[in-house]
Amino acid sequence: MKIVTNITRLYHQFASPPYFYRISGLWLPYIMGLCGLLFAYGLYSGLFLAPTDYEQGEAYRIIFVHVPAAWMSMFIYMVMAATGVIALVWRLKLAEIVMISCAPIGASFTFLALATGSIWGKPMWNTWWVWDARLTSELLLLFLYFGVMALYNAIEDRRTAARAVAILALVGVVNIPIIHYSVEWWNTLHQGPTVTKFDKPSIHLSMLIPLLVMAVAFKLFFIANLFMRVRTELLKREQNSKWVRALLELK
Amino acid sequence: MFNIWTQLLKRDLLIAFRRRSEIIHPLIFFIMVVSLFPLAIGDDKVLLQKIAPAIIWVTALLATMLSLDNLFRSDFEDGSLEQMTLLQAPLSFLVTAKITAHWIITGLPLILITPVLAMLLYLPTDIVSTLVLTLLVGTPTLSLIGAVAIALTVALRQGGVILSLLVLPLYIPVLIFATLALQNVEQGFSAEAQLAMMFAILLLAITLSPFAIAAALKVSLN
Repeated sequence: MKIVTNITRLYHQFASPPYFYRISGLWLPYIMGLCGLLFAYGLYSGLFLAPTDYEQGEAYRIIFVHVPAAWMSMFIYMVMAATGVIALVWRLKLAEIVMISCAPIGASFTFLALATGSIWGKPMWNTWWVWDARLTSELLLLFLYFGVMALYNAIEDRRTAARAVAILALVGVVNIPIIHYSVEWWNTLHQGPTVTKFDKPSIHLSMLIPLLVMAVAFKLFFIANLFMRVRTELLKREQNSKWVRALLELK
Repeated sequence: MFNIWTQLLKRDLLIAFRRRSEIIHPLIFFIMVVSLFPLAIGDDKVLLQKIAPAIIWVTALLATMLSLDNLFRSDFEDGSLEQMTLLQAPLSFLVTAKITAHWIITGLPLILITPVLAMLLYLPTDIVSTLVLTLLVGTPTLSLIGAVAIALTVALRQGGVILSLLVLPLYIPVLIFATLALQNVEQGFSAEAQLAMMFAILLLAITLSPFAIAAALKVSLN
């Protein structure tokens, strides 16, 4: 039981804006440093060390950006929905800010996945765009992100807006699998997943390792970006509070 | 509790029948937009026949979306929505009465006029029955999902454009299954699987969306 109370205390502590601001400021350089290192290694090994694909040639190398971006686009929506639940249930200001800061980052990753996929599609399928299931559900995910951002910007009161967005994100999460499978049955041309088959991934290890390194780098990039956004938003919202003033006077 | 539900349903229906434009305007919109397509494409029987289900479904989607604004707007403005939250029956239960009324007012007329419009688009009669069936299963889902979005935007002054941003991505599964069902029938296969899927989505929407609608209304009333 003591562990549980400790965890809850830690959780509440972490959710308090001044504490989060301080801790995230301490972590940020390390996260960014590690992210940079992984990006450097992942890009180098992906673009130069990994062997050329015998079917797709050099063009396949775009997967080292495309696949992690696509993973992130869905992961961030899940983060947004999870923090949305926290925001709705416990009314934590920090959760609201994290949730809403996720939306533009997620939309950017979704756009990146679509753009790189389209560049990849040109040499592979000989067309910039096909109405394939995965492309379509990615596009719809982008629309969902747009809806979230539009709703948040339309409501004046920030806290009401955050709660409305949390409800919308939850509705979206229930709908994402339905949208995904409906689109899947509708039309599919995209190559099947080559990484998530755990028993025996059909991707070679020399390509898998850079891909996974890039995936971790993307995740760290997301966290760093999220922290920066949340910190800015915290300062903006809490500009009249004591801790922000103390912070500003100190500097 | 069920007494309040039926009373609310009756009240909404009565208001709608006293203000018939609410029923007629979405219907006219539906008819007009559908008849724009033959004008734009030309009197090409084969092509029209091929895309008729898509035309009717997309237009029904848009007509439902436009009619959503009536759902909570007047109740929100005159304060009766606030009174409804104070009733002993839960808001999530009461909103289903309003949505049922809304579907009877706007969804049902669309379905009734569809066979006529299908004729304008040269759709064979054996497909028309499936088309009506998909609309019958699909439009209540559209009303339920749309109600969540309108509940979120009812307090906004320019809710219209945002409403479409919120609602259209969520409508896509219904659209896909409905048009797939019709394609199947056109090619001589059974549409049972798609219809069952649409019905499943409807049941899911009935069970989950009232809670989301109630929560969204409470945020909007705040």
